Amino acid sequence: MRRVVVTGIGATTPLAGDAPGSWEALLRGESGVSTLEQDWVAKYEIPVTFAGQAKVLASSVLTPQEAKRLDPSSQFALICAREAWADAGEPEVEPERLAVDFATGIGGVWTLLDAFDTLKERGPRRVMPMTVPMLMPNGPAAAIGMALGARAGVRTAVSACASGNEAIANAFHRIQRGEADVVVAGGAEAAIHPLPISAFAAMHALSKRNDAPEKASRPYDSDRDGFVMGEGAGALVLESLDAAQARGAKIYCEIVGGSVTSDSYHITAPDPEGAGAARAMLDALEQAGAGIEDVEHVNAHATSTPVGDIAEYTAMQRVFGSHTDNLLVAATKASTGHLLGGAGAIEAVFTILALKDQMVPPTINLDNQDPAIPLHVPVAPTSLARPDAIAISNSFGFGGHNAVLAFRSL
Amino acid sequence: MAHTQQEVLAGLAELVNDETGIATDAVQMDKSFTDDLDIDSISMMTIVVNAEDKFSVKIPDEEVKNLITVADAVNFITENQD
Repeated sequence: MRRVVVTGIGATTPLAGDAPGSWEALLRGESGVSTLEQDWVAKYEIPVTFAGQAKVLASSVLTPQEAKRLDPSSQFALICAREAWADAGEPEVEPERLAVDFATGIGGVWTLLDAFDTLKERGPRRVMPMTVPMLMPNGPAAAIGMALGARAGVRTAVSACASGNEAIANAFHRIQRGEADVVVAGGAEAAIHPLPISAFAAMHALSKRNDAPEKASRPYDSDRDGFVMGEGAGALVLESLDAAQARGAKIYCEIVGGSVTSDSYHITAPDPEGAGAARAMLDALEQAGAGIEDVEHVNAHATSTPVGDIAEYTAMQRVFGSHTDNLLVAATKASTGHLLGGAGAIEAVFTILALKDQMVPPTINLDNQDPAIPLHVPVAPTSLARPDAIAISNSFGFGGHNAVLAFRSL
Repeated sequence: MAHTQQEVLAGLAELVNDETGIATDAVQMDKSFTDDLDIDSISMMTIVVNAEDKFSVKIPDEEVKNLITVADAVNFITENQD
């Protein structure tokens, strides 16, 4: 099996419009969560009035024609894929050896619902012909594939909040198996829309801390009351170690594991025993040929829901036993909110940069850590001790999806 | 109020520019939508629907395939507007 490395990263997040800016804001302990000023919040009396809105408007980066023909989810995807591609030095690769694995959890929800409004108000003749390619969940992957000329296969993982990690795992395995030499991988979401917010609120999944939005996403804190929706995207350029070395590419780190398991327990609730999540972590480490004690940093899924954070801790205990106490854990959704299908991708970017800078980012809003989750969660940037340590990033999704990535410095 | 042929050309050029980014002064009467302006069928349908709104005209689907050049569209709209 071929070894696979990360040679480019990109992100557009509630913290900043690019990967370095998002990382620096994260290290400064900033929050990207703010009050929604859109008129639909009052019009529909939306019960949750805040979210992690993208710091930089996608329409301000793209040409008017690109913006017009792409759903916001695809706009974010294209922006961060271009950043990652440029960061990788625009590798010269045969189109038939270049692939895309790009995820979304929900797809083109703005396009779909705007088009339905048009249908109801003005009839079918006024529904725009671009509606279908804009709303389809493979839209972000297809937009990137078109922009970069990828012909080794453009694919979309759809597994709710595990989608981004699953796409990156798929990309990793494709290069390992020799099906492609370079893959642009990641995930995007643009679902800060009255319907998804109302629907997540209806299932009591969202924080209702309307009076203090920047304090609302508080993983592991005793006063956490749900997750905060975020929007944006993250992208990686993965390529075979041989190809990267042959062209003298800058290499961030090696991706050494990517595992997907499923709970088959409940459509939305995590398995309280954490068995499926634990298997995903163990399998990722097995792919890496590593032991549990090789892991020093975990970018946790940690969405700030009361039951989810505990279930993940239980899974980590199953995997790491007494080594759990030694892990430096980051819950970066405290700063970004939860980007759903984009979450795994931006958290992969943060995990990669943690290895590059040998620095675990702080977790904000951890004022009173839940005594039931006695993890070591630094509230200030904290150095990693081992340059050869493994960092893992967890993502779990409605449907019982578990996806775990493992990275190691070269 | 009926639009003159010149007004329809200028308005159509704006719709083409809005959809495709093609400069308005490139949208001239003798240009073919597909061969000269490289407008695909989805963009063409979008322009048609927007033109119906802008000029209060109905452009039946079976008529769209006859709109080869900009002049074809300008003439059809000019002759059929309310």
